[in-house]
Formats: sequence, structure tokens, C-alpha cells
Amino acid sequence: MASTTQLPVPPARRAALSDKQDHKHGPRSKRTKGPGRFRPNYLGGLGGWLWLAVIIVPIYYVVVTSLKNQAGFFTSNPMMPPSEPTLDNYKLVLENDFAMYFVNSLIVTVGSVVPALFVSFMAAYAIVRGKGRFLAWTNNTFLLGLAIPLHATIIPIYWMITKAHLYDTLLALILPSIAFAIPISVLILSNFMRDVPNELFESMRLDGCSDWAMMWRLALPMTRPAVVTVGIYNALGVWNGFLFPLILTQSPSTRVLPLSLWTFQGEFSVNIPAVLASVVLATLPLLVIYVVARRQLLSGLTAGFSK
Amino acid sequence: MSISTGSSRRVLEKGPSGWLAAPALVFFLLFAILPLLGVLFLSFTKWDGLGEIKLDGLSSWTTVLTDPVTGNALLVTAKIMFFSFIVQAPISLLLGVFTSASQKYRAALAVLYFVPLLLSSAAVAIAYKALLDPNFGLGPGLGLPFLAQDWLGNSDLVLFVVVFVIAWQFVPFHTLIYQGGVRQIPASLYEAAQIDGAGRMQQFFAITLPQLKYTIITSSTLMVVGSLAYFDLVFVLTGGGPGYATRLLPLHMYLTGFKANDMGAASALGVILVVIGLALALILQRLGGKNRNASQLEGA
Repeated sequence: MASTTQLPVPPARRAALSDKQDHKHGPRSKRTKGPGRFRPNYLGGLGGWLWLAVIIVPIYYVVVTSLKNQAGFFTSNPMMPPSEPTLDNYKLVLENDFAMYFVNSLIVTVGSVVPALFVSFMAAYAIVRGKGRFLAWTNNTFLLGLAIPLHATIIPIYWMITKAHLYDTLLALILPSIAFAIPISVLILSNFMRDVPNELFESMRLDGCSDWAMMWRLALPMTRPAVVTVGIYNALGVWNGFLFPLILTQSPSTRVLPLSLWTFQGEFSVNIPAVLASVVLATLPLLVIYVVARRQLLSGLTAGFSK
Repeated sequence: MSISTGSSRRVLEKGPSGWLAAPALVFFLLFAILPLLGVLFLSFTKWDGLGEIKLDGLSSWTTVLTDPVTGNALLVTAKIMFFSFIVQAPISLLLGVFTSASQKYRAALAVLYFVPLLLSSAAVAIAYKALLDPNFGLGPGLGLPFLAQDWLGNSDLVLFVVVFVIAWQFVPFHTLIYQGGVRQIPASLYEAAQIDGAGRMQQFFAITLPQLKYTIITSSTLMVVGSLAYFDLVFVLTGGGPGYATRLLPLHMYLTGFKANDMGAASALGVILVVIGLALALILQRLGGKNRNASQLEGA
């Protein structure tokens, strides 16, 4: 057993291969049949279906209830589909500035994720390719950020944002979101970049390429799966973020989706189907993205965190 | 390598300028490290969040450390951390192993498994609040007396409801991490084990578990340190109640600062949160025998 644990782990970038490639080619095709492939795994199957039920029941309940009218909600069996499905709840939510909250969320997410990716990528490149104490120190500072619950710093952030007269603006959400995305982004990106063969950089260097050119023409294409992973991961985090909006914004014009759910819940607390319709509406955009880009998303996230 | 002349060697050894790391560093120092020092500073002041900040010595610390609510918040945090780890770690490990093999029906299951990853904590909390409602929720509607409890109003039950909802939301994420870990285990190990006649259980304990060592450390660290950030979910689901039953440390910090307008005391709680987070991360790394960074480099 001791010897098995020391077997070299295959280059981690393999995990970046998509599921699809997985099935068809390469030394891993055998493995897709999995450990213990001679007998069906009844126990695993049972557990798998059980967990599926745990996942599905609340989601089903939310969707079904959101289609009921008030009367139907109070009288019908909660797990039964509505006898007269209605979209009135959705209409009510959409009439309550849902589109504006959606756009706010979009601005904050894109405005945070794109700059965070840009600066993290440059930092990861410098950390992997560069030398010296400054870069080692920089890397350690980012690693420290992973260990610290950064939410503990919200009070000084609130203070700074107020002092900078940014309170209740979308920029107030964007700036700290960029900072909070940096540690994990640099970690994942630099892990991937270490796997790019040195010879490639060296031959480009001999051709007289600058670092700027190497970064965008060599490092970026070679680490594209990691860039996508980091982008998706951060986008999910910012899109679903609740604490910063709660503390750094106030008026409806700067409200983002997760916060709008919460305020909507307060305003329409008696109208549970309408509240649940707002939950469905807020989740729908991500669900569409998930259905379209599932393979890329899951294989990217898997690779990003299994390194 | 064929390059050996002096000038080209110098060209090759020239690393990129440290300036490339500067923008990220500036952002991070400004909005993470500086606030980290700021929270320490504010813990020695008196501030209501609007007016002037006045130095106030140790009074915030005295308030916080003598307040029984602080001790309770620590206890609640520890309980939620412990129980959610106990619940999540085995489930996500087993699901990760299960879904890493790609039979057709497993692939279909796995698609649905990851839906909770997309939901915001606010959405999850609101959904469960409706589902668990003692009057109109699932239990009374189905007429099941067992389910028809006041789950969120009963201070003995509510902690476990919170643990369950946390698991519901975060198990998919950790499943994904384990799935990636399992997919990196060389197939040859299992083939050799099968030739030796090892059963599924034996393979799991002799190959899968030891090979997943670093995955387990990564996932556990994220799980444990992450439980110091379960703010949104608990805030929307229970608001910390009933009473103080689910008032975790981050929530206690928020309520102290932004509801009770005592930013000094809230900052002291923030400092405690940072210290606990750092300590936990260090302990977990020691337990793993290697630091996180080194383990990350293992496969490269």
C-alpha cells in the first residue's frame, strides 16, 4: 500500500481535457469504466438516487409553487402541480423592477470578473516566470488571502467606501469584489501556467519576444481552460454575492438580484408563490448558461480545484 | 538543451518584471490587507458607523470578551462547522467517487447534482423557508406529522436544519472537487488491484482513499474555513434565531456592527474571526504534512 501512494500523479492538466475527449481517446478511456467494473455498484447507485431526491425535492417544490395562485397555494397538496397554472406571480415580479436588478447584477459581475481575470493573469505570469523576493512575497500574500475569512474585513471596507463617497454605487461592489477574487484566481492560474513547458517560453524569448507578447500569445492560449474556470468561478461568486450589496448599497437603483430576493421576501411575505417566482427568475439565467455550457463549466471547475 | 552561449543564456534567464504583479497586488493590499489592519485598529475605537471614530482603548474588547453572546456565537460556529463537516465530507467523497465513473445514468444524475451550485444562498434560504413553513410548507401540506414541525422556530432543531441546508448547497461543490481528484488516479492501479483479486471495498480503501489525500486536504480546508463565511444563508434563513440559536460569529459581527451600531465591538469580533480562520488553515495544513502550495505543485 505504501508503494501505491507514491506513484506519480499524472500531469494535472489532463484533468482539463473535456469529458468528451475523456470517453474517446487516451490512456484514461479504460478508467471511465471505473474502479470495480466487474459488478454493478448497487450501494453506490442507491446512494446516488437518494441524493438526487434530496437535491430535486426543494427545486421541484419551488417551481410548482411559483405557478400556483394564492388560493391554490393554500388549499392544494404542496407537491402536486397546480390545477390551474398561472404566470401571474412572474408578472408581478417582473413588474417590480426585476430587469433593473438583473442589469445591476450583470454590470457588477462583468465589471468585477474581467478586471480580476486581467490583473490575476498578469500576476500569475510574473509569479511563475519571474524570480526574486518581491514576487515570492507577493505570492505568499495572496496565499494568505486564501486562509483568511475576508468577510471579517467588511467593517473597514464599509468605512473606506463611505470615505471615498462610493457608498450606494455599483462601483462600491465592484472594487472589493475584484480584490476578493484575486487570491484564488492567481492560485489556479499559476498552477496551470507551471505546466506550460519552459522550452516554449525560451524559444519565444530567443526570437526576441517581450513578456507582454509571451503572456498573450503563449501563456493565455495554453491556459485557456484555467482562465475559463477562474472566470466562471468568480462570476458565480459575484453574481450570487449578498454581503457586499447588503452593506455597501441601500437604494433600489443599486440593488442586485440576491438582495432583491431578500427585499422582495420582506415586501411580499404573505405571497409565498410570488416570492418563489422571484427565486426561479433569479436562478433562470444561470440555469440557461449551465445547460448551454455545462461540459466546459464542470470540467473546468473540476480541473481547477483538483490540482 | 543546446543553448549555451553567454548572451542567449542571459536573455533566457531574464524573468518578467515584477510590475506585472503590481495591479493585482495593489487591489489586494487596498481591499484585503489594509482592511485587515483596519479591523484591528477599529477594534480599539468607538464608532457608531456614521459619526466620528474615537480611540477607546480596550473597552470594545472588554465588552466582547465578557458578553455571553460572544461565547455562544463561538459555540454555534464550532457546532455548525463540526456537524456540517461530518455530514458533507463523507457524502461529497462518496458522490465524487460515484460520479467520476461515467456510465450514462451517472452522467445524467451528475447534471442535476450540480444545480445547487448555481443558486445564490439567498435563493436557497428563501426556498427552504417556504418549504419548512409550519403552516403552509411541505409537512402540513402533505399531512405528515413528522415533517410538520416548526423547524426554524425550534431552537433544538434549527441548528440541524441549518447544517442540512448548508450540505444541500455545498456538497455539489465538494463532489466536483473529489470527482476531479478521482479522475487523476491512474487506471493502472485499479487494473493491478483487480488482477490481484481486490474487491471494490478493498480498492476504495487501498487505492482511492490514499490517492485522494491532497484532495481531501483541499476540500476539508475549504469546508472548514468556508464555514466561517456561512453568512448569507443563515442570515436569510433564520436571522440568527430563534433567540441566539443560530447566531454564528460572522452573523454576530454583522448584527453588532450594522444593527446595534457598535462598530468597535464588531471589529473585535472580526479580529477573532480572522485569528480563528488563520489558525484553522494552519492546523489543517500541518495535519496534511505539507503546505497547501507544495501539495498543489505535486502534479506539475
